[in-house]
Amino acid sequence: MKIVVLVKQVPDSGEERTLRADDKTVDRDAATKRMNELDEHAIEEALKLAEANGGEVTLLTMGPGDATDTIRKALSMGPDKAVHVSDDALHGSCAIATSKVLAAALGKLEWDLVLCGAESTDGGVQALPHMLAERLGVGAVTGARKVTVEGATVTVERQTDEGYEVLQTEGPAIVSVWDTINEPRYPSFKLIMAAKKKPVESFALADLGVSADEVGLANATSQVLEFAPKPPRQAGVKITDEGEGGAKLVEYLASEKFV
Amino acid sequence: MADRLAPLGLLGADALLSDEERAIRDVARRIADEKVRPHIADWFERGTCPARELAKDFGAVGLLGMHLTGYGCAGASAVAYGLTCMELEAADSGVRSLVSVQGALAMYAIWRYGSEEQKSSWLPGMARGELIGCFGLTEPDHGSDPASMATRARRDGEDWVLHGAKMWITNAPIADVSVIWARSDAGVQGFLVPLDTPGVTANEITRKLSLRASVTGEIVLDDVRLPADAVLPGARGLKAPLSCLTEARLGIVWGALGSARDCLETAVDYACEREQFGRPVAAFQLTQAKLADMAVELNKGFLLALHLSRAADTGTLRPEMVSVGKLNNVREALAIARTCRTILGANGISGEYPIMRHAMNLESVLTYEGTSEIHTLVLGQALTGISAFT
Ligand SMILES: Cc1cc2nc3c(=O)[nH]c(=O)nc-3n(C[C@H](O)[C@H](O)[C@H](O)COP(=O)(O)OP(=O)(O)OC[C@H]3O[C@@H](n4cnc5c(N)ncnc54)[C@H](O)[C@@H]3O)c2cc1C
Repeated sequence: MKIVVLVKQVPDSGEERTLRADDKTVDRDAATKRMNELDEHAIEEALKLAEANGGEVTLLTMGPGDATDTIRKALSMGPDKAVHVSDDALHGSCAIATSKVLAAALGKLEWDLVLCGAESTDGGVQALPHMLAERLGVGAVTGARKVTVEGATVTVERQTDEGYEVLQTEGPAIVSVWDTINEPRYPSFKLIMAAKKKPVESFALADLGVSADEVGLANATSQVLEFAPKPPRQAGVKITDEGEGGAKLVEYLASEKFV
Repeated sequence: MADRLAPLGLLGADALLSDEERAIRDVARRIADEKVRPHIADWFERGTCPARELAKDFGAVGLLGMHLTGYGCAGASAVAYGLTCMELEAADSGVRSLVSVQGALAMYAIWRYGSEEQKSSWLPGMARGELIGCFGLTEPDHGSDPASMATRARRDGEDWVLHGAKMWITNAPIADVSVIWARSDAGVQGFLVPLDTPGVTANEITRKLSLRASVTGEIVLDDVRLPADAVLPGARGLKAPLSCLTEARLGIVWGALGSARDCLETAVDYACEREQFGRPVAAFQLTQAKLADMAVELNKGFLLALHLSRAADTGTLRPEMVSVGKLNNVREALAIARTCRTILGANGISGEYPIMRHAMNLESVLTYEGTSEIHTLVLGQALTGISAFT
């Protein structure tokens, strides 16, 4: 079984993140970079499936040159190899262009299953798996909390607000996962040391047959017009119990979509 | 508040590490943060430690015997090993002790002096953390002077018979196997003694006020009969156990820095938050002088540790170099812990903060693996050519 895991390098969501003043894209230089948290769960799931069914795990990353840091870290969890799509023309690409590039890269690889995180902590679009599936003509099941593979059949428990639904598709397929799916392993010391010897293949746009005028900030389908820092935290809401405190609490929690 | 530098950021010494060393350090920090820190105050207070579970967690990432090669060991550098010890000891010296004894004493002794059969039957399980080892050199009546050890090994036909007692042995009450050093007609020799061998008893030492989250015990050997292949064939003379200690001390040189760093970070945070006389206590020059002096010592200690480990990686490390490191870094770590304690005032003695725990732990670290006095004499001898031991 051949599995490709999509891995993205993102600015650390634990820190204050900013956009650049000049082109209003994410200020990646100012940020500490790390692997998108959910992608760790996708890698863990891929490794588990490969361990159970035999097979190979390949990472696919589109990102600037320094994304190699994240690729090495991801490889140190155990995948066999990685593909890094990097091209100056990609800076500022929108989700649609990204899906075009990743689909082209996936077209160059052999796979039965593509796994990815349900969203990235920087973009948070959640639409990439569907876009990829559409372009590649395969099924997409998103938001998995459990994945099982039997032969060509991929069965997924899809997490919803109310519970979960069970979906089935015939492979090849694209599955995105939430953090409830597993507990990612620690990178092992041996694999950390082996990671630098694992093959990382680089693709530029030309290698993928995608032209520069289909991607990048200038050709993005969406544009950031304005941005402002988030307002300082508001003081909390105080509910004084005058008999109907419980109801008011529930009302508040519901209005904030906590319940 | 303006930006603050982490104490170990002062010299930018991180830049002296390779990507791989940093990656290993980060995993060690994560495992310490996730598996040790949330529970350590409680373990310490109760005087326990789930050593077997921790060993499995550590084994899964390849942390046990990480600087050894083959037999399931990771084959990491001495620097990577040191950084790992620093991160573990930043959580607690007891947990670092578990790892030092397993990897640098017990596994190292087998790896360096064992037969092929001994290595392949013990090392892989020990690397995975499924088997726990301990190292018995110290005796009730012989500590700093192991050459006068009283434990005896005599041949009886093909067998060996061991008689004596070992004291203050880390991991002994939970271990599967002990490396026991005993005197035979041929001099000091090492033996692999499974703790379930008839005649072996391991009693836990209780009422420790230091390293409470580490299990320590006494091993009594009452005419313990062992097969011929229990002896470590490569180990002859006291220099064998002493070489193991040199190996383990390197971990201590780094580990002590971890305790000190944790104390200092805690003290800086506290001093910046706590207000007296209308200002943070960090704003008083007396506090700043303490913090500055401590950070200077911490960074010097880091450079020293790094130098020693790089020397180990290139095969140029001499035992007296390690004595410089152990003497300095443990002494300074203890001084840092005590000074940090003053910065927290009454809270400094509270188990809600890590400082008093580190300070108490470091008292053991000052003593084990060669007391500070003994390392001082090693240096005195290196400088003068005159031994002042006897
Ligand atoms: C928590 C803990 C865990 C330990 N784990 C292990 C273990 O796993 N395996 C193991 O083998 N041992 C272990 N030890 C034992 C440790 O290595 C010894 O305690 C240490 O070597 C000192 O021996 P001692 O306690 O008998 O002190 P002593 O040797 O009796 O020394 C008492 C004092 O006299 C000083 N002194 C001794 N000789 C001289 C001299 N010639 N000149 C000047 N001063 C001198 C010492 O420095 C010390 O201050 C452990 C100890 C502790 C506390």
